Amino acid sequence: MANTPLPVEHARPPFWRDERVLAVIAQIIFLIVVIVTAVYLFNNAREGLAQAGLTPGYDFLRLRAGFDIGDSIISYTSDDTYGRAFLVGIVNTVRVAIIGIILATILGTIMGILRLSPNLLLRGIATVYVETIRNTPLLVQLFFWYTAVMLKFPRVRQAIALPGPTYLSNRGLAIPWIEPLDGFRIWFGFFIAAFVIAYIVYRVQWTREDRTGQTSYPLTSALIAWIIVVIAGWFFAPGQPFTITRPELAGLNFEGGTVLAPEFAALLIGLVVYTGAFIAEIVRAGIQAVDKGQREAATALGLSTVQSLRFIILPQAMRIIIPPMTSQYLNLTKNSSLAFFIGFPDLFAVSTTIQNQTGKALEVISIVMACYLTTSLLTSLFMNWYNQKVRLVER
Amino acid sequence: MNRRLLLLVTLLAALALVLAACGGGGEEGSAPTETAAETGGAAETAAPTPVPEQKEEAQQQTGQSLLETVKARGKLICGVNQALPGFGYLDQSGNFAGFDVDFCKAVAAAIFDDPNAVEYRPLTAQERFTALQTGEVDVLFRNTTWTLGRDTSVGLDFGVVTFYDGQGIMVRKADNITSMEDLNGAAICVQTGTTTELNLADQMRARGLDYEPVVFEDADSTFNAYEEGRCDAVTTDKSGLVSRRTVLQNPDDHVILDVTLSKEPLGPAVLQGDPIWHDVVMWVVFATIQGEEFGITSQNIDDFMNSEDPNIRRFLGLEGDLGTSLGLTNDFAYRVVKHVGNYGEIYDRNLGPDTPFNLPRGLNDLWTNGGLLYSPPFR
Repeated sequence: MANTPLPVEHARPPFWRDERVLAVIAQIIFLIVVIVTAVYLFNNAREGLAQAGLTPGYDFLRLRAGFDIGDSIISYTSDDTYGRAFLVGIVNTVRVAIIGIILATILGTIMGILRLSPNLLLRGIATVYVETIRNTPLLVQLFFWYTAVMLKFPRVRQAIALPGPTYLSNRGLAIPWIEPLDGFRIWFGFFIAAFVIAYIVYRVQWTREDRTGQTSYPLTSALIAWIIVVIAGWFFAPGQPFTITRPELAGLNFEGGTVLAPEFAALLIGLVVYTGAFIAEIVRAGIQAVDKGQREAATALGLSTVQSLRFIILPQAMRIIIPPMTSQYLNLTKNSSLAFFIGFPDLFAVSTTIQNQTGKALEVISIVMACYLTTSLLTSLFMNWYNQKVRLVER
Repeated sequence: MNRRLLLLVTLLAALALVLAACGGGGEEGSAPTETAAETGGAAETAAPTPVPEQKEEAQQQTGQSLLETVKARGKLICGVNQALPGFGYLDQSGNFAGFDVDFCKAVAAAIFDDPNAVEYRPLTAQERFTALQTGEVDVLFRNTTWTLGRDTSVGLDFGVVTFYDGQGIMVRKADNITSMEDLNGAAICVQTGTTTELNLADQMRARGLDYEPVVFEDADSTFNAYEEGRCDAVTTDKSGLVSRRTVLQNPDDHVILDVTLSKEPLGPAVLQGDPIWHDVVMWVVFATIQGEEFGITSQNIDDFMNSEDPNIRRFLGLEGDLGTSLGLTNDFAYRVVKHVGNYGEIYDRNLGPDTPFNLPRGLNDLWTNGGLLYSPPFR
């Protein structure tokens, strides 16, 4: 009787009690709900627009914008199109994001390390910084940096003169700047190429040093290569590539040079200080997560505190730090949209103006969302690639 | 066991979503009809849609004027500003006051012989047209610029101007700026999403002038940045500049340039498609202007009751049937001037020499004094 077939009730439960079937049904229901909701919302928006006599479309991007933008690093006038105005906003957002990410990383790393410092004063400063900044809203901080710091600098006629010549006033920091001449484009090509060549030289020399043990000065060689290429570019360019103009007070404002606008500065400082506090906590956690034995072993080997940080602790902490760091970078980029409130023409601020002037709310918002999404995904891709590179290779 | 639990949770979540979608759908299902009524009122007033919210408009189209509705209600509902000193604001005792508010009182006085039979609805710039379209307010006296687009596609009716305004520029006296040309290279503070932002760009471009626009989200930030010296100049409607200058730290340090960047005729707006109501609002405003032209004020009006001048007798309703043909009483102009005053009195009370604004009459003077105020004859 050992081979008796199983009783019937054990063979196969009815489908409403079969987990496998139920799981599939649940997913199908979920999918249907999502699709129906999306279709409903889409139709709702379309009907609403139709009733208002509005036809959705992106043709307005080719129309003349008609408004001016104060702070732009690409050329733009009110005769350009709405599309170009969007581009100005995107460039401004990316500019703040890139510079902000670099500075926030530096500030955050320093502060994170200081929080673990044996020096009471340094540790105290870092703790106060992190706890104050992390626990107040960013918008409040931005208003502080703009109205209480930037706008309180002397007026343009009483500008503080600094060597350079540079001038600091509540119109911003006026600094000497290059003015491109005829040969600028060709020279600029050399300028970019110089970085590539310098990097190659660095790798070659470094590999040689690594392989042969001879001192090959990779960094110095790279620097010399860079200088040679840049100077070569000067000779190859047809005519002088640029001149340097100095800021001078003429009429109402500074002329010549370039001005770092206070709106930009306030936004950058605000974002860097705010994100830096979060990064400091991530760095601190990363360092503390490295096994205590590693530090002790480093000390036993005779490495100094700085050396053990640089060669033993940080490389290991990095693997823990990178993923949360990525989300801080994304936060910084998205938080830059608060620029709207302190008068910096970032993507969001420009899009608000465009939306007001064209009445194309849906289209404008869709463009803005697509832009932020693209920026964030690109940042994520880069960080994931870097994460792959530094992560522990398991054998 | 674990998988079952997971399944249960999934099912519950799905159920919750379905319910949420239904609930949301219900809410949103009603919202579009509301929007439909509003936008229908805006873009195509003629389209009759059997939606309850539109009943009032439908009635108007079938002949019943808003005037009857207002009379039956016993009070006027007036859309006003509550944040523009001099034009529409709350005074120290918490009552609505200002130039625009006085015209609301004038309409109420004409209909009810009682300037206080008004219910005020403070509206923001975005809300104002929707409020009119949905019938939430009877008339809009809220420093609203008369433009072709608003007269047609927004579905409003204008017809009379209570205040001829224009976009102006305010600068610091110490800077010795006297003309637009002096503003070459200047930083100019401006508020986003306004017609002023576009007018400024056009005007500077037309003159070939270079400038740095510093664009803010609201009026407070704009004027704060100007006051701190971030900008050499600030631009908005001249009346707005005058009104705002009074709350700067040292109003006397600032001067409004004698240039006008654009025309901004401000006037009352009513919903399109109700000529009777439109006429009432227009002629109440004209009554204040004509009153000033006759020299009739709230103080001396009773002396005019014995006047032999047939023009004045018609105006005061002693002769003819001008008022009743409007759907009002014959003495509507008398009521307006008696209770609220003529145009000059309203102006002086809110914006004149005895107020902090001390705004010169300029274009807002009678045509006989070189201004633009000109009432069609009361005949």
